[in-house]
Parts: sequence; structure tokens; C-alpha cells
Amino acid sequence: MAQSPPQATRSRQTGQTSAPQRETPSTRPAHPGLPSRGRLRLDALAFTRSRGNRVIAGVAGGLSERLGVDPVLTRIAFVLLTIAGGVGLVAYVVLAFASEEPGPRRPAIWREPTRRRTFGFALVIAGAMLLLREVGVWFGDRVVWPVTLAAIGSAVIWARGSDDDRGRWLQSAQSGNSIETLFGDRASIPRVVVGGLMVATGMGYALATTDTLAAAGSALLAIAVTTAGLVLILGPWILRLYRALTEERRERIRSAERAEMAAHLHDSVLHTLALIQRADAPMEVVTLARRQERELRSWLYGQPAPLEQERLGTAVEALASRVEELHAIAVDVVVVGDEPLDERSRAVVLACQEAAVNAARHSGVTNVSVYVEAEPDGITAYVRDEGKGFDPDAVPPDRRGIRDSIRGRIERQGGTVTITSEPGGGTEVALHLPRERR
Amino acid sequence: MSGAIRVFLVDDHHFFLSGLRAELGAQFEIVGAAGDVDSAVEGIRRTVPDVVLLDVHLPGGGGRAVLESVRQSHTDILFLALSVSDAADDVIGVIRAGARGYVTKSISPPDLANAIRRIHGGDAVFSPRLAGFVLDAFHGELTGPIDPELDQLTAREREVLRHIARGFTYKEVARRLHLSVKTVETHVSSVLRKLQLSSRHELTRWANDRRLV
Repeated sequence: MAQSPPQATRSRQTGQTSAPQRETPSTRPAHPGLPSRGRLRLDALAFTRSRGNRVIAGVAGGLSERLGVDPVLTRIAFVLLTIAGGVGLVAYVVLAFASEEPGPRRPAIWREPTRRRTFGFALVIAGAMLLLREVGVWFGDRVVWPVTLAAIGSAVIWARGSDDDRGRWLQSAQSGNSIETLFGDRASIPRVVVGGLMVATGMGYALATTDTLAAAGSALLAIAVTTAGLVLILGPWILRLYRALTEERRERIRSAERAEMAAHLHDSVLHTLALIQRADAPMEVVTLARRQERELRSWLYGQPAPLEQERLGTAVEALASRVEELHAIAVDVVVVGDEPLDERSRAVVLACQEAAVNAARHSGVTNVSVYVEAEPDGITAYVRDEGKGFDPDAVPPDRRGIRDSIRGRIERQGGTVTITSEPGGGTEVALHLPRERR
Repeated sequence: MSGAIRVFLVDDHHFFLSGLRAELGAQFEIVGAAGDVDSAVEGIRRTVPDVVLLDVHLPGGGGRAVLESVRQSHTDILFLALSVSDAADDVIGVIRAGARGYVTKSISPPDLANAIRRIHGGDAVFSPRLAGFVLDAFHGELTGPIDPELDQLTAREREVLRHIARGFTYKEVARRLHLSVKTVETHVSSVLRKLQLSSRHELTRWANDRRLV
């Protein structure tokens, strides 16, 4: 247990011979404004309730930080004083009102637990209890002393008086393998054994002395006392484990959100900026900027719900950004009316996309208009460019784009396709798909 | 350039403003520019331009605030709304507040110059987007009491709008529908009037969404 400590940093508290001041790397040195010993100042009594380390209001946690005692010990003290006549409860409420609200920063006075302080604190509590007993604020020896014994046992197991344990705690909080680090370490076994015995003795004594009193429900009482004993032995560990898990989960959610936003910006804006830097034609820059603007706008103001995405209007918009992304052409989209996307309207969207891609490849102009109108009697769509056009009769039969992707697709659904084009006069692909009769 | 159309520019993006000046300066007389609602209202009242190019999104109340203030005192100043926004409620909102047309900022400089001349000539300017919105708004069955004069489009108007939405110029529309350009312009102006005065549910809803009744 008495491993030689890593060479202690600064020894601020002079006159401390036993248990040199040790600090884990994560804690900062004691506050320089500590009141010197022996002089009692009013503000030295003030403390801040703990935000991170709390069960009810953070009083015990805050007091522990202020006094330099393990919080487990402070909590046990409050419980003991409560059992010894209810004083602990009163003290807790008073302190809760007297202490300061927790702030975002660590309170000014903040001490690491040491064995010396822990021992002193225990003596103060013991003295207070004896005093209360003398005064008569007392629930009776048969209740208080066994509970006290059990409480001390629990404290022996759980109070963090030394670096070894604290280091293990930190480690277990990080590794997540708590049971092994806790009970697998040889140094802690004597503590667990001694503490466990004390808890068991206390509980057994309580059972024995209240036996006559609770003859009827002794079985129930035995179970209750055993449970209480187990809580004393395992409770703090479960609590800490739970806290570590909650904190870890919160952190995971936070970082997942950050990662999602970063991923989105990376895939969209950063990517576009990189492309713009490499682009040499102004048209290319315009196309990239347009697509990015469209995409960013829809992401910022009304990210479409999955259901919404499956509508004709959004599908046509998506088509436009896809074509703009892949081909240096601006796609002007106008959609009139809307309807849920089904197999038939999807065919219209895909045919329009193919027509727009054709315009991008062959027309030689920099923009193409896509107009889609959903009416009660059917869907009509026009894809038009003012490019160089072509002779529809002269398309070689091995060019499958128009035949399969546009005409075939629409005609299979019972629609018609009209392609109007002449060399030099632009091209318009008109699709009409009548509504299915029900 | 005594006969040049006098144009006032309102936009809060300085790069865009200077771009507009460069593109339009040769053909029009740019009498002023402003970047927010108050200075725009003040500048327009002082210079009394023929046409105002008005950004829909402005700090201090948006383009609509400029339109409403100016039109209280000067009903003869014409407004052409200009925006990157593709949202129907923005577009319909400024039109109902009194703008004579709407184009998106991606419009090419020659097209923008044409639009300004058209507005100045008393016509309405419908971009394909706006035509699409109008068709959308006048789409479907009517409920409640209707004014057939205002709440419905004629078959001809619908046909004209459809062609504009498909990206045809007025001239092309006229040729394809065997009409004169003047007739196409009349149809569009008539649609604009309906757009501004109709009490169709879709229009009032779009306007209400942006508190632009």
C-alpha cells in the first residue's frame, strides 16, 4: 500500500509530515488563497455545492471538496447523524441553503482527500455522535452503534484515502472493466475483507438486538438487513459505475452530433470548395456553386423528412442536383403540383434525368429546363434545351439512351414520348403519362 | 442617355450590387443603391426612379417593407423583385405587395436588362419559377365562394404560363401558340392582376405565412 509516490509536485501545506500531499495529474494544486491554519474566517466556512458529484443537492460532494475528505465518507456521516437523532437531515438542509450555487468552474477552495483529513473528519463525526448521545438527541444504542459499525465498514471499503485506490478508480472509469480493477487488485483485498466483516458484524448485531422486538417479521427483517448490508458494500460502486456510464453516453451523443455535422460539411461544402479551386471554367464554378447552394439550403431550412423525400417534387429537384453535379450544366426546374412518388412517377423522373443528361452531353449549351406538371389526369413533363439539336431519325440504332431510358420506360407505363428536335433548333423531350384508371 | 430608364438598386450584398452596376450601367441610368430598408425608402423617395430592382431578403423588414412604404406615396414606381430564394411564400409575398415581376439572381445580364425594359413598358415579368408557382397556386378545385374573374385562370392564360414555366421567352411563346407578343404580354399582365388581387386560399396562405397579406 505504501508505494513510494511519484515525486510529489509542490508541497504547499507545510508541517504535514505523514502522507505527503499527492495529487493526481488531472487535479490542479491547492488554491493559493487558502486560509492559513488556526485562523477562522467566515468566508472560509463557505463552500460550493458540487455539480458533478451529487446525489441530492450536491451538499455532501461540495463539502467533501471543501474539506478534502472522500465524498463517500461525508455521505456516510450525514446518514449516521440522521440515524443518531435526525441531526444529519437538519444539517443537510441547513447546509444546502447556506452553500453557494455550483458554477461552471471548480470552486475556489478545493482539496484533494488525504488520509490525515479523513481520519480527522471521522473523529469529528464520532465526537459529534457522542455529544448527541449525551444531550439526548439519540434513537437508542441498539440501533445507532451497529449502524455505525456497518457504516465504518463501508467507509473502509469505499473511501478513497490514497493514491493507489484513486488511481485504480480513474483507471476503472476509463477502462470500463471495473470489477477486475476493483477486486482483482491485491492491495484492496484487505480493505474489502475488513470492511465487509465490519458491515456484516454491524448488521448481525442489529439483527440480534432487535430480535425480540421484531419476532414476527424476523425473516423479512433479515432480508432487509442483508440487503442494506449489500447496498453498503456494493452501492457506491454501482453508483459510480452508473455515473461513468451516463457521462460516457452523453459524451458519445455529443461527439456523434459533432461528427455528423462535420461529415456533412465535409461531404458538401468542403468538397465543393475543393472542386471550385480546381475548376478553370467559370461555368463549372457556377454549376458547383449552384448545386452547393441548393443542397445547403435544403439541409439548413427544412431537411426533408424521409417521407417527404419520396414525392414527385423533391425527386425532380434531386434529379436536377444530380445532373448538375455530374455534368457541367445548369438545370432549371419548375414543378407544378405534387404527388407521392410511385412506380409510374418514378419512371417520369428517371426519363427526365436521362433527357437532361443527354442535353448536357450533346446540346452544347449550359442550361436545360425541366418542367414537370402533375395534374389529376396525368403527369406531363418537358425537358428542353436550346442547343444544337439533332435529327431524331438519324440516331444510330445502337444508341440506346433515348430508346430504352426514355421511350421504353414511359411507354411501358402506358405513356407517350414526343421528341422535337432539328439541327440547330434545340431539343425538347415531352412526356405524358395518363393517370391509371381505377 | 437622356431617354435611359432610371433604375434604383436595393440589395444588401455589396458584391452583388457592384456586379449589377457593372452589368446594367451601360444601358440604364443607375440613380442610386441601398443596402437596407430605411436607406432604400429614403433613396427611392428622393430619386424617384422608373424601376426599382428589389432584393426580397433585406435587413430591417425585407423587400416587402420597402414596397409598402414607397407605394404609399409613389404608386407609379415599378418594382422588379430579385432573389436567390426559391420559396413560394417569398415570391408570392412580394408580388402581392405590389412588385410587377420576379426573377432569380441567377438570371443572365441580358435577360435581366430585358426584364427591366419589360417592366418599364408596363408588362409583368414572370420567370419560369414564378410561372410554376402561379400554376401551382391556381391548381386544383376551389372551395367556398369564388370570384371567377380573379380566382381562376383561363385556359389560354394557363397555356401561356405553362410555356413560360418550360423556359420559353415571350416571343417563343407567341410563335408556338400562334399569338402576337402583345397578346402574350396581356395574358401575363392579367395573371399578375389575379395574383395580386385573388383571394384564393393558396395565395393568402403563402402570404400569411410570411405576414405579407
